[in-house]
Amino acid sequence: MSLLGIVLGIAFFVITQAQTSGFEAFFIRTILGTNGAIRISDRFQDMHGTVRSSSKDGKTSFFFHSKEGALYTEGIENPKLLKDALDQFTEISGISEILEGNAILNGISRSQTVQIHGIVPSNHIMVSDLEKQIIRGELSAFELDPMTILIGNRVAQRLMLQVGDRVNIQGRTGNLQLRIAGFFETGVSQIDKNRVYIHLSTAKAFIGKRFSGSIFQLSMFDPSKAPEIAAQIQETTGHRTVSWQEREQVWLDVFKALRVSSAITVSSILLLSGLGIFNVFAIMVIEKTRDIAILRSIGFKPSDTSSIFLWQGVIILFFGIIVGVSLGILSTYGISQIPLRIRGIFSTDSFVVNWDLTHYLWAIVIATVFVSIASWIPARRAARIEPAKIIRETL
Amino acid sequence: MDSPTNEYKELLRVENLHHSFTEGSQKTEVLKGVSLQVCASETTAIVGPSGCGKSTLLYLLGLLDRPESGKIFLNNFEVSSSTEQTRTALRNTSIGFIFQFHFLIKELTVIENVALPLRKFGADAKESEERSFVVLEKLGLAEKAQRFANKLSGGEQQRVAIARAMVNSPSLILADEPTGNLDTENSENVFGVLQELAEIENLGVLIVTHNSELAAKTNKLIQMKDGLIIKDE
Repeated sequence: MSLLGIVLGIAFFVITQAQTSGFEAFFIRTILGTNGAIRISDRFQDMHGTVRSSSKDGKTSFFFHSKEGALYTEGIENPKLLKDALDQFTEISGISEILEGNAILNGISRSQTVQIHGIVPSNHIMVSDLEKQIIRGELSAFELDPMTILIGNRVAQRLMLQVGDRVNIQGRTGNLQLRIAGFFETGVSQIDKNRVYIHLSTAKAFIGKRFSGSIFQLSMFDPSKAPEIAAQIQETTGHRTVSWQEREQVWLDVFKALRVSSAITVSSILLLSGLGIFNVFAIMVIEKTRDIAILRSIGFKPSDTSSIFLWQGVIILFFGIIVGVSLGILSTYGISQIPLRIRGIFSTDSFVVNWDLTHYLWAIVIATVFVSIASWIPARRAARIEPAKIIRETL
Repeated sequence: MDSPTNEYKELLRVENLHHSFTEGSQKTEVLKGVSLQVCASETTAIVGPSGCGKSTLLYLLGLLDRPESGKIFLNNFEVSSSTEQTRTALRNTSIGFIFQFHFLIKELTVIENVALPLRKFGADAKESEERSFVVLEKLGLAEKAQRFANKLSGGEQQRVAIARAMVNSPSLILADEPTGNLDTENSENVFGVLQELAEIENLGVLIVTHNSELAAKTNKLIQMKDGLIIKDE
């Protein structure tokens, strides 16, 4: 029973960790592939309207605040200069300038408000999975023709659009006729039902911001370093810079809580198995007290008698790990084949699992700790048996 | 004057041994200054009423317990204050123990029980089995070597215990009421085996017994009372 407990404990630990971290990893891949590792937007601006008077030596003689004339500039003021500065960061693998704006997309029979993303396709595929997200149509058709549009699949469904259709987008400055080059699906429903991609040059002309107002989306060779790099960029460029960890902190915390709580729950199976082993060994020590005393009387050392119980623990642990890990692998594979359609924060049609060696190592470490303690206490008790006392009491 | 022959050389010497047990606040003095000597090729019997300290003395001599004061010399080596490691090694190589209730391990066969001290000594399985078989043959138990210990009669089990005690060729065998649980025929049989061992194997055999008839057949008789030796002849 104790062995079965260890086997199931290890297997369940691996399965639950594979699932929770699988969904977490998939979510991270989705958000990195959609919104990039780092986003840079507006410059920090003095909205107090500070007016200074300085003397010739550069010292401020007086200043006062006046909100009069203070104008907030949205987006990046000088994209080219900022891009040159970002090129100095070796950790950044791609930079895409995006101009965001709102418009009304008129389909054949219906209209919908959409969020326009003006991009340079060749740059944007370096910082996103747009290429993989195309579910109908061709990215190349979009790349080649600046008068084409990529539409989120939920928008397309709602407006009953087809690839090749002509649509009209209506903004503050006028209308624009574009041909649909394709539909994309990120899995993030908020994006799929709102976003459209058009060429950056087209967007600048349409929105009326020819030289500024865009944001930057960055990709990194190692996305885990995004918070440090984002802080450095913000410090050196003075622009608001947000890493994906900061941006998605709420969801990441939810996944972390799920992962930890499932680990704690499943560890209790291992703890109970450890208690079972402890019980069995403790009873064995009591039942075998006389035999242990005899072994001591014929020259066995205290460590020899304790090692009998420790070895039994090692054998249970060994077989528990072998069978438990095997069962964990098979069950994880089985679960990954279960059909499950999820849309909302990512898109999947089956259970997502993460094959990570650390899950197996953690399961083994936890099982080893519990079995070691469960074997060590009775083993220590066996080593402390005083043979003369036991033999005298037996007679 | 002739020098003492090897057969009668001193194996064990005990000098002024004191020992007591404490239960709660009450201290009971069990041994009050015991001195004795056991020689090779000799059987020595210790007799006396229950509670006089015979078994306690035997466990002290078997290095299972430490005396409060006094000295124990085994082969002229002072062992009462030696390290636990040394005492454990001596229990394995120089001392054989036989108890009233054979104390065999029931999950093991006869030959496995006998081989235990050899395995502890470091002999491999094959060598241990061969040497154990030789000892079992001497004691007339070769045919029952593969049986489980608890399937034998009381007398046979006690002879297996003797085989286990002598398999590592110790110089001293300590027996605590070895015939106490046996009928007359088996008692004489087991006692005969111990006497033969002392003579043929050149061992010192120290027997604690209540059986005065058997005690009278030993080379030396020590009588104890109230933690003291009152007669040593």
